[in-house]
Amino acid sequence: MEKNILIIGATSAIAQATIRLYAEQKNNLYLLGRNREQLASIASDAKVRGANQARFQAFDVNQFDSHEAIINSVFKHFDTLDIVLIAHGTLPDQEACQQSTQVMLQEFNTNAISTISLLTLLANHFEAQKKGSIAVITSVAGDRGRQSNYVYGAAKGMVSIFLQGLRNRLSPANVQVLDIKPGFVDTPMTADFKKGALWAKPEQIAKAIVKGIDRNKDTLYTPFFWADIMFIIRNIPEWIFKRLKL
Amino acid sequence: MKLSGWGRYPEISSQSVKASKVRDIQSAVRQALTDNNDLFIARGLGRSYGDSSLSTNTLLTEQLDQFLNFDESTGIVHCASGVSLTDILNVFIPRGWFLPVTPGTQFVTVGGAIASDVHGKNHHLDGSFSDHIINLRICVATGDIVKCSPTENRELFLATCGGMGLTGTIVSARFKLIPIESAFIEETTWKTDNLAETIALFEEHQNATYSVAWIDCLTKGKNLGRSLLMLGEHAKQQDDTDNFKLAKPSKLTIPLDMPSNLLNSFTVKSFNTLYYNRVREKETQRLAHYAPFFYPLDSIKNWNRLYGKNGFTQYQFVLPQAAGYEGMAKVLNKIVDSKRGSFLAVLKAFGKGNENYLSFPMKGYTLAIDFKIDQTLFAFLDELDQIVLDYGGRLYLAKDARMTEATFKQSYPQWEQFQAVRQQYGSDKVFNSLQSKRLGL
Repeated sequence: MEKNILIIGATSAIAQATIRLYAEQKNNLYLLGRNREQLASIASDAKVRGANQARFQAFDVNQFDSHEAIINSVFKHFDTLDIVLIAHGTLPDQEACQQSTQVMLQEFNTNAISTISLLTLLANHFEAQKKGSIAVITSVAGDRGRQSNYVYGAAKGMVSIFLQGLRNRLSPANVQVLDIKPGFVDTPMTADFKKGALWAKPEQIAKAIVKGIDRNKDTLYTPFFWADIMFIIRNIPEWIFKRLKL
Repeated sequence: MKLSGWGRYPEISSQSVKASKVRDIQSAVRQALTDNNDLFIARGLGRSYGDSSLSTNTLLTEQLDQFLNFDESTGIVHCASGVSLTDILNVFIPRGWFLPVTPGTQFVTVGGAIASDVHGKNHHLDGSFSDHIINLRICVATGDIVKCSPTENRELFLATCGGMGLTGTIVSARFKLIPIESAFIEETTWKTDNLAETIALFEEHQNATYSVAWIDCLTKGKNLGRSLLMLGEHAKQQDDTDNFKLAKPSKLTIPLDMPSNLLNSFTVKSFNTLYYNRVREKETQRLAHYAPFFYPLDSIKNWNRLYGKNGFTQYQFVLPQAAGYEGMAKVLNKIVDSKRGSFLAVLKAFGKGNENYLSFPMKGYTLAIDFKIDQTLFAFLDELDQIVLDYGGRLYLAKDARMTEATFKQSYPQWEQFQAVRQQYGSDKVFNSLQSKRLGL
């Protein structure tokens, strides 16, 4: 049976790789993203690769007042959703965030508030339909605040805690809430970084996401070794941690 | 970053930009034009052996890998230039379609396949890759996208197919897949005692869809050119197997450079003898999966590391039909005497060439052989070049890392028409590689 799948932030590299996997499984896809031209190209690609349907709609997550209409139009098209993947995000310039409240707040809007707003609407639909998977890409950066990118970390951490609560609430309704925490991924978002051995390809992350959703997981560190790295990071005593250059 | 072709010689430092959308290509090309930068070339999966994909600035197209359309009723696929042949096989074999022409590796992009105008084991019947292109779109020096085909902007099409990326950067292409009933190939292997017998068998089996010979280039005398000649036909639907089984991604890899003396005349000779004697009967038949049949070396990742850190070059030449047995035997004898011969070389009968200005194939025989690079190799290859030129043959640009400008211009007589098209579109102001500079283009 083909599944009804909504992807928000469909032009992100990890989302694109995930879309290909779901397309090969002949699912029905609904893609939301900012750039219409790119969405059209991703949708045609998905169709050629086997997607039963690949609809798309241009949509800016920072237009909060459009959220309700867009989610309603998705549920008008699909009676129920089997999977939603929220993948949009930006990597803030930490230095700029320290200098400007406007920049800092904007980053929170993009990386946290918009996601939480969409989740609020989606959660009610999923609770009512009593099935399905809500998967959200956060980050290992949300596990502990570090001086190099704590605005990003705090935004992602906010989403992670929101997801914990949501998981707790939707568990009786049989709805999976998956928090996906990738480590370093080689995407356009991280184009300026020097890549080392810890870096993963979006295709690897996408495979892990599909598997994580299939296996009804709660939290997914990906690639897997980040679970151990973050276990250590979380457990360094604060009096030591505060002196580290991380 | 450091870049090299598949032969890992030469290696240069290059500024690379990744393109994942058509606009990325256009802006990179416009940037190069404004900067008066005439050392800019596109690079796909980097499987050309020499310096065709090397320049001071490279545009990496691997991520421009979207399918644009597929027509199930005709088999016509339209895709971006960074789509790999692997991707095409994985998506379309399960639906009963196969590539019209495929080279000996599936790890090339569509853009690269057109730019090198690659050929396969069916060249004698079906021509080369670009003979199946319906049309393509290319980003020229101004950053504009121009459509071309055998009938529309014909000169640009003839220059672009086989044009090594020197007319512009190919953005997308439309071509026709062929229907298959199974992912398997009915393979017949003939064991031959020498070159004369191999050539006679090619002639005898010129109606076989696929044909290629693995040739031992270390034995001389009466066994000069002993071979395993393989013929193939797409199998009919099988009852008891998974008809459209796909190749599994390879797990074998050569993780680091092998010592450069690993491949010496003793180890290679032993290997060749074992390989040749793997087949016992004069004629054997089996059902082979498409992956080992078409892509035997793809099962070992980074096999190019076998030749050590100095790298290798693949010498591939074609001799016209008129050169016949005599020409091929002359080159082969010289290679055998030099004891430089490597793993089994590949011999193939070509059909008629096409009209593209720089496409490699011509009616006759082509031989490809790897040589480990050492200090005296290039002088030796210059001598081979002379024999090839004397017989009216030429070398394959996608494999070349060292031929001289004079050799190139003598053996590719349409190079002036090629250059005229480049000038017409201003391509020479932007698109140049280490190879094009070396060849005086």
